[in-house]
Amino acid sequence: MMDILRFATAGSVDDGKSTLIGRLLYDTKTVFQDQIDAVEKVSHDRGDDYVDLALLTDGLRAEREQGITIDVAYRYFATPNRKFIIADTPGHIQYTRNMVTGASTADLALVLVDARKGLVEQSRRHAFLASLLQVPHLVLVVNKMDLVDYSQEVYENIREEFTQFAAKLRLPDLTVMPVSALKGDNVVTRSENMPWYDGPSLLHHLENVHVASDRNLIDVRFPVQYVIRPQSDEWHDYRGYAGQVLGGILKKGDEVMVLPSGYTSKILSVETADGEVDEAYPPMSVTVRLEDEIDVSRGDMICRPNNQPNVAQDLDAMICWMDESAPMRLGGKYSIKHTTRTARTIVKGLQYRLDVNTLHRDEEANELSLNEIGRVRLRTTVPLMADDYSRNRNTGGFVLVDEATNRTVAAGMITEAS
Amino acid sequence: MNTPAHDYQLSQLDLLEAEAIYIMREVVAEFERPVLLFSGGKDSIVMLKLAEKAFYPARIPFAVMHVDTGHNFDEVLALRDQRVAELKVQLIVASVQEAIDAGTVHEPKDGTRNRIQTPVLLDALDKHRFTAIFGGARRDEDKARAKERIFSFRDEFGQWDPKNQRPELWNLYNGRIHTGESIRVFPLSNWTELDIWHYIKREEIELPSIYYAHEREVFDRDGMLFAVHEMKQPKPDEEVFTAMVRYRTVGDASLTAAVRSEADTVDLVIDEVASTRVTERGATRGDDKFSEAAMEDRKREGYF
Repeated sequence: MMDILRFATAGSVDDGKSTLIGRLLYDTKTVFQDQIDAVEKVSHDRGDDYVDLALLTDGLRAEREQGITIDVAYRYFATPNRKFIIADTPGHIQYTRNMVTGASTADLALVLVDARKGLVEQSRRHAFLASLLQVPHLVLVVNKMDLVDYSQEVYENIREEFTQFAAKLRLPDLTVMPVSALKGDNVVTRSENMPWYDGPSLLHHLENVHVASDRNLIDVRFPVQYVIRPQSDEWHDYRGYAGQVLGGILKKGDEVMVLPSGYTSKILSVETADGEVDEAYPPMSVTVRLEDEIDVSRGDMICRPNNQPNVAQDLDAMICWMDESAPMRLGGKYSIKHTTRTARTIVKGLQYRLDVNTLHRDEEANELSLNEIGRVRLRTTVPLMADDYSRNRNTGGFVLVDEATNRTVAAGMITEAS
Repeated sequence: MNTPAHDYQLSQLDLLEAEAIYIMREVVAEFERPVLLFSGGKDSIVMLKLAEKAFYPARIPFAVMHVDTGHNFDEVLALRDQRVAELKVQLIVASVQEAIDAGTVHEPKDGTRNRIQTPVLLDALDKHRFTAIFGGARRDEDKARAKERIFSFRDEFGQWDPKNQRPELWNLYNGRIHTGESIRVFPLSNWTELDIWHYIKREEIELPSIYYAHEREVFDRDGMLFAVHEMKQPKPDEEVFTAMVRYRTVGDASLTAAVRSEADTVDLVIDEVASTRVTERGATRGDDKFSEAAMEDRKREGYF
């Protein structure tokens, strides 16, 4: 069976990120001849000495003109057993919001370093953001090994330094590998230039990393998205709660509780358009019917009576500010979107602003500007059914929206709800 | 679901389907006036199938709209009308020909109507006050599309500003708009051409016959094979010949080219798509060949 791995890449053009992605696309025969023709033509017109694989991934005119990447780009390739979705994010500090965005749905993060330069501020920042967003798997790619004569010593030093730094972060699964994206060493096949390296190639690792167990199959969390009522003679009394399973396993006959009301019932059936299913689990989109006629609407959460999320109006959270037009202010009011529920919220406190490069906490800060990260306390107008982000990324994550401009201004990760 | 549940893993098609259904339900829950763009082409047929599943056993709770350039393939229009009747949805036709007759747009000298589709689309959206518009675009189609959001914000002129896109995190989509603004929604964003075909096979979805190999009178222009059509006549030096062809994409009949193919079943098409070395738009769409940024420019003007 073919499944999907979503991964986010971070790094700048200098790290060879675009070349690495170009190499993965090219070697898995994902890049088409007309795309290569187009890139060759542009390279030729510019007078480049070589075909610039980075051009395969830089999409917008402004990006090509300025030689930069300004936004998250999504790319696709597949091998016989797995489809890959790459969230390709630019690396510079002003693009922290893009990396946060790409990492939010990623199963795996790829952080690139240049073997000649070793760890730089940016590599530490990328690793930190991957841990903040709780990306379950992290791969540090030590690239450009060809330019350090495939030196084991250079590689081991970088690996050692990074492992020490990573010990301070919450990184459940860390892999380090030596690569040359330009020459293809350890990208798709194991390199003969580095006999001292006995790990897998990057593609082999991406194909085999186990992601199914990263989902929370314990805590039943089913936010009601939409109520299906056919209003037809054939389905006269039908009432189904449509949504996507965000945690746990739902089965017919299970006793459930609806929050925030606290009413309990039993699952009559779990259905899709193709019929009843025995079990529903993340991230299936299903329709749940209950045995009892109770009042359930969009924004309610179905869970188990003995395993409930916090029903909370006070939230402690890490947030990343994403809006360039105005900073986050203490006392500021925003719209908050969490699972299928929308409420209003006020910023009650800013405990500290975090320097993403040094991890230093500035407790004197009283606002957050674009790309800044801090720990805040929020109060919401109505209760949210929330889990700690470390327990469930989808019931612990939220966004803030400016009510006047309608812009998405922040991403938040709940650390404590009460 | 076709997946054994014991390991709680979903196949790529199940994951893509679950995501698309989630997106469609989100839109219906949050927007007053959604509409789905439906041309009878394969991506929009798949999208309509997903809409059918998302709201089952209820009817699809929105209308479908076809921006009709007037240059159509009969097989495609027939299937469009068949699906609309089966699903009992309302079909709105926004006619480019009517707009030309009314003088609101002008027929380009070369007779191609792709570019004048955009104002006709925008007028129709305006007239019906649609606030959310489902489109079948996929990110693997083009470099500009690769940066498109699933909820793509458009200003009151329907324009896309790549530098003013809303970040999308987890499964949270921001659909808040002011009066006159709208959101284009792309439930198939993460699907590839091959995923579409695998899904067509799994769900046994009927497509217009021109997607499968058949004999047709064609002529070669700039390396692309065009069918002889009332709107697309060969020049004197272009020889007309009969070839086995199929269409990989179906758009305006005067602009869409066929490819040589022997693939007359869904399995053969899957084999062909899996081994092909040219993108579907590069092979068949005269409209995207004009410049490297052709799609980006059209999107900025309000195209899908």
